[in-house]
Amino acid sequence: MCNKVDAVHVPDGFLDVPTSVATGALAAGTVALALRKARTELDDRTAPLAGLTAAFVFAGQMINFPVAAGTSGHLIGAVLTAVLVGPWTAVLCMTAVLLVQAVLFADGGLTALGTNVTLMALLAVVVGYGVFRGLSAVLPRTRTGVLTAAGVSAFLSVPAAALAFVGLFALGGAVDLPLGTVVSAMTGVHLLIGLGEAAITVAIVGAVLAVRPDLVHGARRISAATVLEDRRPVAAEVPR
Amino acid sequence: MGAGHGAALSARYLPGGTAVHRLEPHPKLVAVLAFAVVVVLTPVQAPWAPAAYAGYLLAVLTAAAAAGVGPARLLRGLVVEVPFVAFALLLPFVARGPQVEVLGVSVSQTGLAAGGGLLAKATLSILAATVLAATTEPRALLRGLERLRLPQVLVQILMFMIRYADVVGGELHRMRVARESRGFTGGGLRGLRILGATAGALFVRSYERGERVHLAMVSRGYTGSLPGAPAAPVDVRSWALALSLPLAAAAVLLTGMLLG
Repeated sequence: MCNKVDAVHVPDGFLDVPTSVATGALAAGTVALALRKARTELDDRTAPLAGLTAAFVFAGQMINFPVAAGTSGHLIGAVLTAVLVGPWTAVLCMTAVLLVQAVLFADGGLTALGTNVTLMALLAVVVGYGVFRGLSAVLPRTRTGVLTAAGVSAFLSVPAAALAFVGLFALGGAVDLPLGTVVSAMTGVHLLIGLGEAAITVAIVGAVLAVRPDLVHGARRISAATVLEDRRPVAAEVPR
Repeated sequence: MGAGHGAALSARYLPGGTAVHRLEPHPKLVAVLAFAVVVVLTPVQAPWAPAAYAGYLLAVLTAAAAAGVGPARLLRGLVVEVPFVAFALLLPFVARGPQVEVLGVSVSQTGLAAGGGLLAKATLSILAATVLAATTEPRALLRGLERLRLPQVLVQILMFMIRYADVVGGELHRMRVARESRGFTGGGLRGLRILGATAGALFVRSYERGERVHLAMVSRGYTGSLPGAPAAPVDVRSWALALSLPLAAAAVLLTGMLLG
């Protein structure tokens, strides 16, 4: 799986104007809601912390991760961010990243910004975090449980966003395409990309859990499980 | 590291003193957005569509010339389009509808028009957005977004992101130098674990930096909003100059609709 395929942003002209306007309205509404809800996750620290997390996602998307024999993938980051900082803040971070890419890099069209936010900031986070919460409820409250939930939800978020894109294209695309062919092609490719996303997400969440479990929003219930150990040698054994 | 937006966020900015550079950011943003809307509105199946695309191209190239943005920079801006070129090239072969012969190959007529249209529309919009990014500093662009009533908190998030993207990227770069000078070559599952630890450490450092930045700002009187200088009004001539691009495109579109 080539890392060039996955973080593709919808350019201008791919979807017709009504579809773009509808997704734009949906995106604007949800971002407005997220702006209010994120305050419950981060209180008045929202702006600096979400900004720095967005900068992290932006930098993290540049790392090429080896995933399986000879292939590499790179991070999209919606589920990773949702698990690390919470879903509402994640929506804001992903929106900020997409906005910067559209305005500063012409990557993703300005009229398609609403579509891109809907797919990659909204849908990926909502589906991914929903699955994560659902799995967390049934899996054991351990490190392995959190990592499994994060991996599965990261895996599912990618084909979900891809299928949503196909749906939008069927509604407001410019061409008469045999939908079955497109669905199977998109699903096949994105299942592979999803595997890469899952591997990377698990690796990163695992690394953060090892050093600062308190920073992993999705692992709040297990963060108290590790008790500080006193490993100092007993006084009598210390040589004089 | 790897492909993508390798350099700093301001890498796309070309310093200069042209009339386009001196324009306020928000008229420019509105102009590029309106231009994209006009381009998107063009019906791909119309017989005059290629002529309209040529007209738009002329308009956006004129704007690029006025802004002193050279062809090399414009071409580099188009790199983001590469995956969609492949998609657009496939369209004539997979779309349904009446078939036509092109160079001895039977392709779908609607697919041909749609593929060409997609490619043309994406290219034209990217060219306009490249001119915008090349003539406007990232921070000025944020000011423009703020004046276009983007919510304050979102503007602040973007501002922190832009200010610290280079710091976080630099941290990532130093980690890579440290890793590779210890013999890391990547590949395999071990590589995944090590890069995962790198990205994890990067997250912890970014987040902690965010906490420090917040405390530093609170101790300097930050209450959740940033003070800004009162925005100067933009005169009609700036708006007219900025909007000449979408207006020219709209004129082309109207001509096509009336004559075609």
